[in-house]
Amino acid sequence: MTDVQAAEVLHGAPVTESRGQRVVHPSRAQYVALLKKLLDDGYVMCSDLTAVDYLTHPGRPLPDGVSAERFEVVLNLTAITTRDRIRVRVQVPESDATIASVFDLWPGTEAFEREVFDMFGIRFDGHPDLTRILMPEDWDGHPLRKDYEVGRIPVQFKGAHS
Amino acid sequence: MTAVENVRQTSEGGQEMRSRSDIGAKELLREVGSVLRMSEAEAAKLGQIPADPDEDQTMIINMGPQHPSTHGVLRLMLELQGETVLRCKPIIGYLHTGMEKTGEELTFLQGGTNVTRMDYLSPLNNELVFSMATEKLLGIENDIPERAVWMRMLLSELNRMSSHLLFLATNGMDIGAVSMMLYGWREREEVLRFFQKVTGLRMNHNFIRPGGLAADLPPGWRDDVLAILDMLPARLEEYDVLMTNQPIWRERLQGVGVITADEALALGTSGPILRSTGVAWDLRRDQPYLRYDEVDFDVIVGSYGDAFDRYAIRLNEIRESMKIVRQILDRMPSGDYRIQNKKVTPPPRARIDESMEALIHHFKIFTEGFKVPEGEVYVGIESPRGEIGCYIVSDGGPKPYRIHMRAPSFVNIQALPHMMRGGLVADAVAVISSVDPVLGEVDR
Repeated sequence: MTDVQAAEVLHGAPVTESRGQRVVHPSRAQYVALLKKLLDDGYVMCSDLTAVDYLTHPGRPLPDGVSAERFEVVLNLTAITTRDRIRVRVQVPESDATIASVFDLWPGTEAFEREVFDMFGIRFDGHPDLTRILMPEDWDGHPLRKDYEVGRIPVQFKGAHS
Repeated sequence: MTAVENVRQTSEGGQEMRSRSDIGAKELLREVGSVLRMSEAEAAKLGQIPADPDEDQTMIINMGPQHPSTHGVLRLMLELQGETVLRCKPIIGYLHTGMEKTGEELTFLQGGTNVTRMDYLSPLNNELVFSMATEKLLGIENDIPERAVWMRMLLSELNRMSSHLLFLATNGMDIGAVSMMLYGWREREEVLRFFQKVTGLRMNHNFIRPGGLAADLPPGWRDDVLAILDMLPARLEEYDVLMTNQPIWRERLQGVGVITADEALALGTSGPILRSTGVAWDLRRDQPYLRYDEVDFDVIVGSYGDAFDRYAIRLNEIRESMKIVRQILDRMPSGDYRIQNKKVTPPPRARIDESMEALIHHFKIFTEGFKVPEGEVYVGIESPRGEIGCYIVSDGGPKPYRIHMRAPSFVNIQALPHMMRGGLVADAVAVISSVDPVLGEVDR
C-alpha cells in the first residue's frame, strides 16, 4: 500500500499520500497547533469535518508512529489561493473520546462538530454548544457507531397473524 | 412573561437558543447556544448587563418547522425586539433519516439510489460525486470513456439549470412575486421532461453510476436539448423584466442578508453565497473535474454579498450553463457510455443468454456487488448549491465502510444567523430563500 510510507513531515506530523491526495496524521496533542499552522499556510476553508468508527476494520495502514485507535476525526481543508486540498486524520481512542474543538479557527466547524458528537459521541473540548443536532435531544446512543444496530421496522404482511 | 419562561415553554432541551441572561460576554462572543457572531465590543456591552433589563422587551419565537418559507422542515428560533431579529438559531434534524448509515448497508452499485435522494433538486450531481469517489477508490477514474464524461457534464449542467430555475421560482414566491413561481416551475419542467426521457425518472434518477452511466442518450436527445436552449433565453429576458429591473424587487433584496468574504470563508460556505461576496471560487474552474477545463465559461461573482447578488448570480449561472451545454453539444463524442471493465460493468443483456459465465458474472455483480480496494478518498464537486463532497472509506468489501456526504446546504445554513442579525422578520424570509437550502440534504 502506498498509504503507509510517510513521504514527508509537515509541521511535525507525518504526511502520506492517498489516491493522489495529501493526508496529515497529527497526534491529538499536535492537533490544534498543526491546524493553526495550516490555517496560516492558507488553508482558509474547512470544507468538511467528520469521523469514522474503525471498530470492525482495525487493520488499516497508517504511517509509523501513529497507532490506530477506534475513532478517527477527518478534516478536509481547502486553500483558495493555491487551489489545494489537504486532509487531516486524527486518532481518537475509545476510552477517552474527546478532542479539542477547532471552532476558534474555523467557526464553520460548529455544526460539523455537533454532528460528529451526535453520530459518534466524540466530545469536542471548547465547543460553544455541544448538543445533538440531527437526532432528538433524548436519543440514546450514537447511530453511526459500528456497534449501533441498524433499526428494522417489522413488515406486516397481508393476512399474516401478528 | 419573561423570555426565560418563554424559552422553557417551547423548550425541547439543550438544542434550543439560550436566554440572553444565561450567557456571559465571552460566550456571547463565541455564540453559545445561539450561533450569533458579535463583535467584541458588542458582546462586552451585552455581557455587562447582569440580568438584561431588555429581556422583557424581546420575544423568542419559532419560525417553522411548518412554515411555507422555510423550504421544507427548517425551524428557526428568533429572538425579536419588535420587528428586528436580534438572534437566530436554526434547528435542524426533522428530516433526518440516517442516510449515511443506510449507505453503509448498500453496495457501491446500490449507493446511487441512496445519495440521489439527499439533495433532491440536483440528484445528478449527488450521483456524480458518489460515482467519482468510487471510481477513484477503484483506480479507474482516468479510464471512463469520453462519451460518458461528456454525458455526465451535459446532465450535470442541465441539472444546475433546473435547480436554479426552481430557486428563481421559490425566491419569487417568498418575496411576493408569485407569478414568478409559475414561470420558474414551468421552465424547470421542460428540463425535467428531458431527464425523464433520458433516465426514465424526473427526479432521483440513479443514472450516473460508478463506471459510467446507466444507458446511452436516447435518439433525438440533441433536438430536445436544443429546444430547451432555444426556449430559455427569451424566458430569462422576461425574468429580467419581471424581477431584476423592477424597483420593488430590488428594494426587497438589495442590502438584505449581507455577508462579507471573510465571514463566508470562515463559515465554510460555498457556491453562490461565497461568490456573492466577491470570492471567485468555483470548483468547475478552480479544481476542474470531468472536462470543465476544456469548455469556456465565466464564474459569476457578486460584489455586495447581499440577497440580490445571490439572486443575480444564480440567474446568470443559468446563462453560463447554457453556454457550456452548447459547447457540449458541439463536442459530444461517440463511443461507449460506460467503462468496459469486467470488474464493475455487468455483461450486456445479449451475452447472458449465450454464456454461463456472463450469467454468473451478472448475478454476482447485482447480488454481491463489486469489491472496492481498501482506502479512503474525498472528492468535491460544484453542485448548484456549492461544494458537494463525498468521503468514502472502503475496507475492501462490496459496501462502503463509511460514507459521508459534505452537504453544501448543511454548511450554508449556518450562515443564516449571521445574515439575519439586525434585520427585519420580513427580510428573514428573503434571507432563507437566498441561501436556497434543501432540507433533505441538510438532515440527510
